[in-house]
Amino acid sequence: MTKSANKLVIFSDIDVEKALKNAVKKPRPDIISELRESALKGRGGAGFPTSVKWNLAASAQGERKFVICNADEGEPGTFKDRVLLTDYAEQLIAGMILSGYVVGAKEGIIYLRAEYTYLKHDLEATIEKMRGKKLLGKNAAGKEGFEFDVHIHMGSGAYICGEETALIESLEGHRGEPRNRPPFPVTVGYLGCPTSVNNVETFITALHVVEKGAKWFKTFGTEKSTGTKLFSVSGDCEKPGVYELPMGITIQKLLETVDGTGAKAVQVGGASGICVPAKDFEKALAFEGVATGGSIIVFGQHRDMLEVAINFMEFFCEESCGQCTPCRLGTETLLEGLDLLSEGKCSLKYLRELTSLGETMQVSSKCGLGQSAPNAFLSIIENFKSEIFDTRCSCR
Amino acid sequence: MPNKENNTKLGSDRAPASSVASSVEVAKNEKDLGAMVAITIDGKDIKIPFGTTILDAAKKLNIKIPTLCHHEDLKVAGVCRVCVVEVEGQRTLQAACAYPITGPMNIKTYSPKVRKARRHNLDLMLKHHVGECYSCFRNNNCELQTLSKEYGVDFYRFGHDSEPHHDVDKSSYSVVRDMNKCIQCRRCVRTCIDLQEVGALEAINRGPDLDIDTFNSLPLGEVVCINCGQCINRCPTGALRANDPSDEIWAAIEDPKKHVVIQTAPSPRAAIGECFGLPAGTSVTRELNTAMRRCGFDKVFDTNFTADLTIMEEATELLVRLKKALVDKVDVAFPQFTSCSPGWVKFLEHFYPEYTDCLSSCKSPQQMFGAVLKTWYAEKAGIDPKDIVTVALMPCSAKKFECNRPEMNDSGYKDVDYGLTSRELAQMIQETGLDLPNLPPSDFDDPIGEATGAGLIFGATGGVMEAALRSAVEIVTGIKTEDVFANLDIIPVRGFEGVKYMEIVVPAAGPVPEILSKALGGLKDFGFLKGATLKVAVAHGTANAKKVMEDIKAGGKFSQCHFIEFMACPGGCLGGGGQPIPTSPEIRAARTKAIYAEEKTLYSRKSHENPTVNLIYKEFLKDGPCGHKSHKLLHTHYIKRGNKIV
Amino acid sequence: MLASERDQLKSEIIKMAKKHDHHRSGLIPVLQHVQNVSRHISPEAMQDIAEAFKIHPVEVHGVVSFYSFLSTEKKGKFVVRLCRTITCDMAGNEAVGNQLENELGIEFGETTSDGMFTLEFTNCLGMCDQGPAMLVNDDIHTKVTPEKVADIIDGYKNRFGAHVTTGEHS
Repeated sequence: MTKSANKLVIFSDIDVEKALKNAVKKPRPDIISELRESALKGRGGAGFPTSVKWNLAASAQGERKFVICNADEGEPGTFKDRVLLTDYAEQLIAGMILSGYVVGAKEGIIYLRAEYTYLKHDLEATIEKMRGKKLLGKNAAGKEGFEFDVHIHMGSGAYICGEETALIESLEGHRGEPRNRPPFPVTVGYLGCPTSVNNVETFITALHVVEKGAKWFKTFGTEKSTGTKLFSVSGDCEKPGVYELPMGITIQKLLETVDGTGAKAVQVGGASGICVPAKDFEKALAFEGVATGGSIIVFGQHRDMLEVAINFMEFFCEESCGQCTPCRLGTETLLEGLDLLSEGKCSLKYLRELTSLGETMQVSSKCGLGQSAPNAFLSIIENFKSEIFDTRCSCR
Repeated sequence: MPNKENNTKLGSDRAPASSVASSVEVAKNEKDLGAMVAITIDGKDIKIPFGTTILDAAKKLNIKIPTLCHHEDLKVAGVCRVCVVEVEGQRTLQAACAYPITGPMNIKTYSPKVRKARRHNLDLMLKHHVGECYSCFRNNNCELQTLSKEYGVDFYRFGHDSEPHHDVDKSSYSVVRDMNKCIQCRRCVRTCIDLQEVGALEAINRGPDLDIDTFNSLPLGEVVCINCGQCINRCPTGALRANDPSDEIWAAIEDPKKHVVIQTAPSPRAAIGECFGLPAGTSVTRELNTAMRRCGFDKVFDTNFTADLTIMEEATELLVRLKKALVDKVDVAFPQFTSCSPGWVKFLEHFYPEYTDCLSSCKSPQQMFGAVLKTWYAEKAGIDPKDIVTVALMPCSAKKFECNRPEMNDSGYKDVDYGLTSRELAQMIQETGLDLPNLPPSDFDDPIGEATGAGLIFGATGGVMEAALRSAVEIVTGIKTEDVFANLDIIPVRGFEGVKYMEIVVPAAGPVPEILSKALGGLKDFGFLKGATLKVAVAHGTANAKKVMEDIKAGGKFSQCHFIEFMACPGGCLGGGGQPIPTSPEIRAARTKAIYAEEKTLYSRKSHENPTVNLIYKEFLKDGPCGHKSHKLLHTHYIKRGNKIV
Repeated sequence: MLASERDQLKSEIIKMAKKHDHHRSGLIPVLQHVQNVSRHISPEAMQDIAEAFKIHPVEVHGVVSFYSFLSTEKKGKFVVRLCRTITCDMAGNEAVGNQLENELGIEFGETTSDGMFTLEFTNCLGMCDQGPAMLVNDDIHTKVTPEKVADIIDGYKNRFGAHVTTGEHS
């Protein structure tokens, strides 16, 4: 297995067993308060406050509750979860145990994407090891009366299953089509039970926050975007890989760290994120700036941005579940428009119509996939329109 | 004492993905349930119960929000995104049909953002909607067309396919699928899987490649489909339609050598007026007779006659089964199931083939009528049966399959040549320019136009059971049925509960009437039934039928029943797959009301009092109900189809 | 498929379904198993699976057709999935793709006539820092170059003799 090139300093600095046992000694409300105080937000990309999610799941009524780890990392340009699942599996499972304790769940499920099947064996070994240490099972983590266990459920190849309600549908044996929300999974989730779905990184970060305190966590990042965050950096830079950096770092600073300066643009947040041109590199990577689940793709000066837009739109056409009209047909229509642009056959009038359609998709699609599918299209058209027209438009 | 069973809630674990989240289960915290929430829609204030959808709240304010994938009979999908509205403070628009209100909010239903989104989503749907409105049977009754007009679609913004991308699937006798017109709202899928539990249609593939398709993409005629046509009634476009025989019927009418006879079932007359602008629940029985004559049908008969005949045969069959079990002590299959609904019959043949012995061997009224027309009537009228063309006006698409079952030729000819739906006849009448609601009324033709109210109520769920009980109670007990059930109304079997159950203790034993004496082996009276508790049940919609069947399999209370009425379609035949579009609980309730009101006007409401029924047993079916001749002509057998296709 | 093989598969399906209490949440694990052992999910298997879970065959078909790692068409013993997402694209996956076609003698979407290899594209494999990346069954290969392609393919051809089947971890 590929080990990550950059050791994650903060994440490495913990005695997992001790941290977990300390945590479950605390009353549940104290843990939620600590998380609230830390202002930790979900690390998967949507940025929902973790304390709120756990609190809702904890206060929801239900005989049976679930904690689900969303390890369906499929966002183009994102691979930090792969690194965490490889090198920090024990911390992940400890984070799930902690969540199970807070929420009142007995069952944890890791939804692991099919593409990561090669990680399953080692993950299972880690789970087994933790059962051996009595961190899982009855009286988990030494907490009298607390029972928790984890199993792995394999995905079958569908990006949309990273959307939490699609993930739950898939777990229940259905097509991975997102549900209507509300109700949210924290009240009506897997098998109709309250379910807390979190990203791999969120579980681990939560464990660190509870062990080291909100105050420590807030020494990193900005006021609104606290802590550090993992960034998956790829594309035209010298040192691609996973980086742990404080939230709020500017794109320029990040590019300097990875030897990617002089880039023409950076795609922040993967295919569903936005394309930031060089003139905006001083923007901060934070919830109040350019929000991201951590995917950073660097485009050098020689890259054709229209090709980039086409690649992303093809991705969405492939991965749209096809359930709702704006996503099923909007992605296809935008892709056809990009092909027209590529052939130099798109009128500006039609391009404006497509831009307007993109806005409709953003507001009227059923789930986050459809809502974010036009992002790359819109930001690339906005920032690189003249480049696209200068090189392609045969009608000028 | 009669007791009722309310059992209509559908299981949620079987729902397809898109419909799991409904407006019902928004929270489990008791404090929220039953609370009232104050909201504002388009500047109007209203208080609504916690969990009400935006769509339902708007309805209360008489604010119209357009819908497409939403249907009152079906679970919420929230996929077409036509009903989107703006909720103040939210970045994205929300689907009004799927959004349960759980707190105060300010909603705008027609802001520029909303109208733009609706228009775009319509434009997208029109992209691959191939087919011109003027060549479509849904022209002027198409939800997509209406919305396109309402939202001012005057050009195809994102293009429009001119070439079809799918072959039209005409493999089924009943349902034609033209997927070129499909907009993937999945109403048919939710109908087929949730409402009917048949599972012929599902969403296949994903993204732009998504198709509504059958198992293994087989032709519809080759998969497990019960032909109920409920998908047709709920399709918002012309993607699903019935297999229309009207061209052949017109040709027969024009052929001077052919004697074209039409029989009309009870449900079309209570609904066909809807195709002519009349409100649901307007009965046009006698105007319709005139219209059919003017279309050129040589004779117009009432299927209710053979409904009465069915009661005689089916009630006799039940009594024979009871006698065999209780007097002769031999093994007979119980409960006896009704067999008039061809959708139900095929449902059982596919999913519960081990129970074919429970199905009454009686043909449906349609098929009995065909067999009688090409034998008794042909003889009486002096017409060579080969020259008789029998058409059946039915509320049903499955009747088309039924009349094409190869075994349905006991008259020596194809007993019923064509099954014609209410919609198709309405089309034929419109083609002649006749103004149905204002035609002079006329009666059915003799000699077999005579029918009782018992035959008429076959159109509503519980009707067959009620008709059978009206005769059976009187025959078995010797007491007038109206003395047992006030006004002859057997209320516990009526109504729209999914499954109804009733017990009757037989209070007395009457003598065996002569007409039945042969079938009952010379038995003198019904003493063997005195004091017995007759248990009956009624189920409509095959999802409810499935519940009853599973209960029977598990040896539950329905396995103790003696007689169960099953209808494939929700509401019974009046909600059939051949009825005018649209359908909804209110429309079906109105049609039911019309049927029960008309029933009260008839000279008799008991099948065994039908003089023509008595005449046919005297003249033609001389060895009585379930006798040799009636067995040959009026009874049939079933096929253990199973649900394995490959 | 031989009748005995179908029976064998069916009994495995029933066993697995039972393990999941015939609840639909066990459907996808069963589909994954069938895909692994018979390299596709045949109409017969879909029907058997539907029966085991008391759902309709068309629902199983709907699920199979939704996920890209499940298929109704028979796949080769080794499924080569080349990542086509942006960073692998930028890292030169086109040349790798061409070479894969050359070495295998098939185009993307096809299976070699001996049933050994299927060549497909896939979306992001999460190896964006080490592209071009590809999966062969469950094995990940990174920084693939056109020159490496032949060796990788040969490696699998040779493993075939050692009876390595799909789904097994090495």
